[in-house]
Amino acid sequence: MAETKEKEPLFSSKNKKLLSEPMVRNNPITVQVLGICSALAITVKLEPSLVMAISVIAIMGTANLIISLMRSLIPPRIRIIVMLTVIASLVVLVDEILAAFLYDVSKQLSVFVGLIITNCIIMGRLEAFASSNKPWPSFLDGIGNAAGYGWILIIVGFFRELFGSGEIFGYPVFEKIGLYQTGYVDNGLMILPPAALFIVGIIIWVHRSRHPELIDIS
Amino acid sequence: MSNSYIFRFAIIMVVLVAAILTAVATLLKPMQEANKNAEKMQAILSSANISVERSEAIDTYKEQLLAEYTVSLDGEIVSTYKSGEESADDPNRAFNINMKKLLDKLKRYKKGDLSEAPDLPLYVLKSTEGDSLFIIPVRGKGLWGPIWGNIALKKDLNTVVGASFDHDGETPGLGAEINTDDFANQFKGKKLFNEENEFVSIDVVKGGVENSSVPPEHGVDAISGGTITSDGVSDMIEDVIKNYLPFIKKHK
Repeated sequence: MAETKEKEPLFSSKNKKLLSEPMVRNNPITVQVLGICSALAITVKLEPSLVMAISVIAIMGTANLIISLMRSLIPPRIRIIVMLTVIASLVVLVDEILAAFLYDVSKQLSVFVGLIITNCIIMGRLEAFASSNKPWPSFLDGIGNAAGYGWILIIVGFFRELFGSGEIFGYPVFEKIGLYQTGYVDNGLMILPPAALFIVGIIIWVHRSRHPELIDIS
Repeated sequence: MSNSYIFRFAIIMVVLVAAILTAVATLLKPMQEANKNAEKMQAILSSANISVERSEAIDTYKEQLLAEYTVSLDGEIVSTYKSGEESADDPNRAFNINMKKLLDKLKRYKKGDLSEAPDLPLYVLKSTEGDSLFIIPVRGKGLWGPIWGNIALKKDLNTVVGASFDHDGETPGLGAEINTDDFANQFKGKKLFNEENEFVSIDVVKGGVENSSVPPEHGVDAISGGTITSDGVSDMIEDVIKNYLPFIKKHK
């Protein structure tokens, strides 16, 4: 009988996995090495990193949801264009809303909000997951991947702001604890994009040594 | 799926998306404009050493404003706007002049296209001490994009009492530091004219004023690692204020 078929709970173990896998074991930045370009550009300070993470989570969750809802309607031959249109519209929406309500943050992020459109993680998840799965798992997958991307951004932003400008969220930590009197000088390299590569590299190193199954022997 | 389905799908999707985005943009535009105006007022106030939160900028600006003038290249006052007047949305009001368009107009004018007279904006604000300050908005090129700012002068139209700068996308931590108070505060007390009353402007000196031949009252220290942005600040101050010289000479 059809009625006895049990409905899958919202947070079944399979769905939970969709959220947690991309955070650690299949992280888009450290494992798939996607979305590096924006990780270099906006992680100079912690605040823009955080807003970027939140924006990407919002956009990716919604984009995955919309594409998944339309998945049987989208003509396969123009699916990439459809996905791009959906992402681009969401990005413009976020950009407009930030400019109206969070003007300072929108100024800091400037062009990088627009560049979310080119974030390969979003396109990748739409194509690989949302276009062939149900809305709810797709939504979770989007949130999970964006969060996996986001927490790396926040870590990188934390170290770059701390060692590059001696601040956390604009609060002068090093000045308050009197580190400058001992002759310490802020590291100018941390402000430049290559510093993000070093930090991402270190995160990948730590990550691989804790998950040896990820090491590619070939 | 047939070609006609693909066409129909694409057309409906595009029209729908366009409608949504237009609606949102139109709906949010007044708020974004208000933010921009408040920011501009905040920057003008900040150059006059009045620091306010953005939410209070509009009211404070109204209180402190003595007049907004537009000044012709010959140094004549073309129009005047006073706080509370009805012509607040007039495109010729000094506050509503777009500096980018004005500089383009100036360039055309100097090349010989005299069809549009480029009138320069000038703000007169009451300082916290009660003096009138003359504020000149400036705009120029940084490394990655435009930079702009406001220079507040004392009544002698020579001594700088304060300045504020901002940018679009200069390198964070390097060129972007021009919008910090540390950088802007260096301009306090600097002079535009030398003893002989010649215009020398204010130079942003790489390597520090102390180690250069620039007289200390005409120079401030550049930002290490932000040389091109620093040079841009130098250039924009000189290039824009140059146009105000007839006015300054007349009213000194």
